[in-house]
Amino acid sequence: MTDQITTTGTRIPLNLAGMSKADYRGSPSTLCQGCGHNSIASQIIAACYELDIVPEELVKFSGIGCSSKSLAYFLNRSFGFNGLHGRMPSLATGALFADHNLKGFGVSGDGDTASIGMGQFKHVVRRNMRLVYIVENNGVYGLTKGQFSATAEQGLTLKSQGTNPYMPVDIAWEALVGHATFVARSFAGDPKQVKELIKAALSHNGVAVLDIISPCVTFNNQDTAMHSYAWGKDHEVALHELSYVPLAEEIMVEYEEGEDKEITLHDGSVVMLHKLERDYDPTDRAEAMRVLEEANRCECLITGLIYIDTEQPALVDIYNLPETPLNRLPESRIRPARETMQMVNDLMF
Amino acid sequence: MSALQLLEKDDTTKESSYGVNDFSITVATVNGSGSQTSNLTILRALFKMGIPVSGKNLFPSNIQGLPTWYTIRVNKDGFLARREEHEIVVAMNAATFAQDLASVNPGGAFFYADDLKQAANRQDIAAYPMPVKQIARDSGAPSNLRDYVSNMVYVGVLAQMLDIDLDKIYQALNFHFKGKTKPIDLNFGVVQAAAQWAADNLAKQDPFHIEPMDATQGLIMADGNTAAALGAIYGGVQFASWYPITPATSLAEGLLEYLPVLRKDPDTGKNTYAVVQAEDELAAIGMAVGAGWAGLRAMTSTSGPGLSLMTEYAGLAYFTEVPLVVWDVQRVGPSTGLPTRTAQGDLSFVYFMGHGDTQQVILLPGSVNECFEFGWRAFDIAERLQTPVFVLTDLDFGMNQWMTEPFQYPDTPVDRGKVLWEGDLEKMTEGWARYRDIDGDGIAYRTLPGNQHPKAAYFTRGTGHSEDARYSEDPQVWHDNLIRLKKKYETARSYVPAPVLDTQDGASLGIIAFGSSAPAIDEARHQLKERGLGTDFLRVRAVPFTAEVGDFIGKHERNYVVELNRDGQLHQLLTLEYPELATRLISAAYTDGLPLTARLVREAILSNEEK
Repeated sequence: MTDQITTTGTRIPLNLAGMSKADYRGSPSTLCQGCGHNSIASQIIAACYELDIVPEELVKFSGIGCSSKSLAYFLNRSFGFNGLHGRMPSLATGALFADHNLKGFGVSGDGDTASIGMGQFKHVVRRNMRLVYIVENNGVYGLTKGQFSATAEQGLTLKSQGTNPYMPVDIAWEALVGHATFVARSFAGDPKQVKELIKAALSHNGVAVLDIISPCVTFNNQDTAMHSYAWGKDHEVALHELSYVPLAEEIMVEYEEGEDKEITLHDGSVVMLHKLERDYDPTDRAEAMRVLEEANRCECLITGLIYIDTEQPALVDIYNLPETPLNRLPESRIRPARETMQMVNDLMF
Repeated sequence: MSALQLLEKDDTTKESSYGVNDFSITVATVNGSGSQTSNLTILRALFKMGIPVSGKNLFPSNIQGLPTWYTIRVNKDGFLARREEHEIVVAMNAATFAQDLASVNPGGAFFYADDLKQAANRQDIAAYPMPVKQIARDSGAPSNLRDYVSNMVYVGVLAQMLDIDLDKIYQALNFHFKGKTKPIDLNFGVVQAAAQWAADNLAKQDPFHIEPMDATQGLIMADGNTAAALGAIYGGVQFASWYPITPATSLAEGLLEYLPVLRKDPDTGKNTYAVVQAEDELAAIGMAVGAGWAGLRAMTSTSGPGLSLMTEYAGLAYFTEVPLVVWDVQRVGPSTGLPTRTAQGDLSFVYFMGHGDTQQVILLPGSVNECFEFGWRAFDIAERLQTPVFVLTDLDFGMNQWMTEPFQYPDTPVDRGKVLWEGDLEKMTEGWARYRDIDGDGIAYRTLPGNQHPKAAYFTRGTGHSEDARYSEDPQVWHDNLIRLKKKYETARSYVPAPVLDTQDGASLGIIAFGSSAPAIDEARHQLKERGLGTDFLRVRAVPFTAEVGDFIGKHERNYVVELNRDGQLHQLLTLEYPELATRLISAAYTDGLPLTARLVREAILSNEEK
């Protein structure tokens, strides 16, 4: 990294893309103070800065809700589309065909994904669109003032809503069942892990679902609620200690046989998983399902990289698209030549 | 002449004599029995004999087993709308035998499979039994194909009895089976055997004949969905997302068939397009909006129920100013309606499609050839205006074969509209803002994802936004933005296709219509003219209306607005647009699921003129 020296003599560190951290910032947040989403936005900024991402090469997408609003609070120099409730996946799918070099970055919430958007969520997962799909999961509808969402636990009692009678949707589980190629769960109260997972997700060639428990400080942060800071801190069980090592860097940490696991991502970067209490292999789908089921039973917040498959091609890869982005093809390459018209008419009867 | 006299005269000159190259054939079969191949073979052979011909499939919403009818009209004068009468009926379905027998016009001919075990007991028609099972058995066709080839028996019998050229039938089969000798020979063998059997066993007792003409020289035969798909390909479609729905499915399938032929990059062999079958219509249009926003020529195709689901995205695309093309191959609504029948019932819905103040741009092709033309033109209009463009055809165009002028190569270059790339932004001295109306036409400049210029990016949202695309709840900002969108809609009038005008000398009445009703109107006008009633015809091709529409209404004291729906939707929109001319507009709307006939148009006009 080099530094930029301003006219007043202040040193501003720049990353390899020549950007300062300010180049990754967004508009001031209008969410509540202490909202988990703000913390995630900060980690998105930090991850992109540290990854030397050129902001113009990333495109942001969201649906509707508090989480979706947060799209405006980071990466102002990236294109963004805050679309319809539950319909972010289709929007992103179409847009990302325009330029295959672009990184898709989607932010959704538990209402946006697990209720109105369940269909599109499952299908973007199934298609393996190259898209980071963050669900900022807090168990409630914030903008409409605190109704239960589909991820709220059965028995959750909220002052104005009574007790939730329904079983919750488990987003990580749904992603896994739907053949997601990257499934992670994290906790806004564990910013380091959030950041490392975002970096890994941005290097993944396919859909990367990050179910991040992101407490709603206004409507659902009582200590007993499973989406609260207190509950998360008390019940988090990390599957491993996770660190992302970019392609350019030599792996400096000492590799301990039997203690560490390396997963090489599409762009050559590596995720280092350091063993904590147990062995865990995130390339084993059956094991991933088992661990999620176990988390359900023991009522703990399992976090980390739950599952990864680096073999599946991403959607755009199977379309045999040209090197030049589709949205830069000139007329001569999108309108068939005049000579073909006769041939087409001859194909008719 | 009073209208009453007109009506009387109408009765005395009722349906002129039908005979040579002027009659209708209806074939009654069981759905799923392969009769479509036989019917298309007859249609195409007649076309190749140079005779103006049309074919309409009146089919049930069913894969196999329900009754289905196919009607062919030959008319030497080129009037090809559906008729309600049939001179020749072919009965292949026991379930509808009695109904089919009763439907033959007096003096007509009735061909029936002799194994149906029902009596053709009418004295006023010629009845011809056909040994369908016997000929099919003798053909040597394997038993699993025998039902299919059975339908070739009536092709052969009709060929013999009506003088349809067997060589032309061979050409039609060769086309249908794409030159594959085995099925061609099998089917043609049955046709020949049936023709020979008819020559040996049937005595001609009816007046109907085919005589070769040269009225189809230079024309092609195609369906509207294929034409639309091809038009889109020549328009440079880059992204299509779709969900199966009758009667729009074959439009997307047309893309899948012809894109690999026409749009592989010759240098690299790469695809310059992508087609995604979506999980539903919500996602189909969502993908197209994403692609359109990111600078691709994006489209989706659907019909009424799918359109209902697309409404929220249509509103978003209108408000965020995203270009895309939506084909609506109309079927009968409301609700699931009649999925396999035709209508023009989505016009008002699409015009207002979206909550709040929404106005959509609509194109209305009036021929299969125009389906092709609007296929490419729609992208130019959408990208120029930065708004969704809806192209409304219908099942009659979309799924039936029509003779039409050959498709014409686009006569204007691709118009990508106001798009700024890196170099453009570099040259701009004043700052760029996504929704700033610099040119005074309501259309601002846009940038596309992938643009690397540090000032290129902006944030698109369905919420209130300022000129520089920031969130805003400011009353003035909201108001100004909506007014600019209104201005843009005014600008649209200079980019959409103008109506087509056809006048008659001394005409006092106006007829206004759109889409597939044109053939019935042309024929009705001819009939009215014969009775001394001249009409001028304005075929509207787009909403918003261009100046010609108002002028036309103003020039005629009474304008009949003819359309295939209950409420007179074009009439509604014209009344909204021209309140001062509303008393000159008379709604002649009708819908029962079938294509319009000349009689319906003629009688709607005459019954009112009589008042």
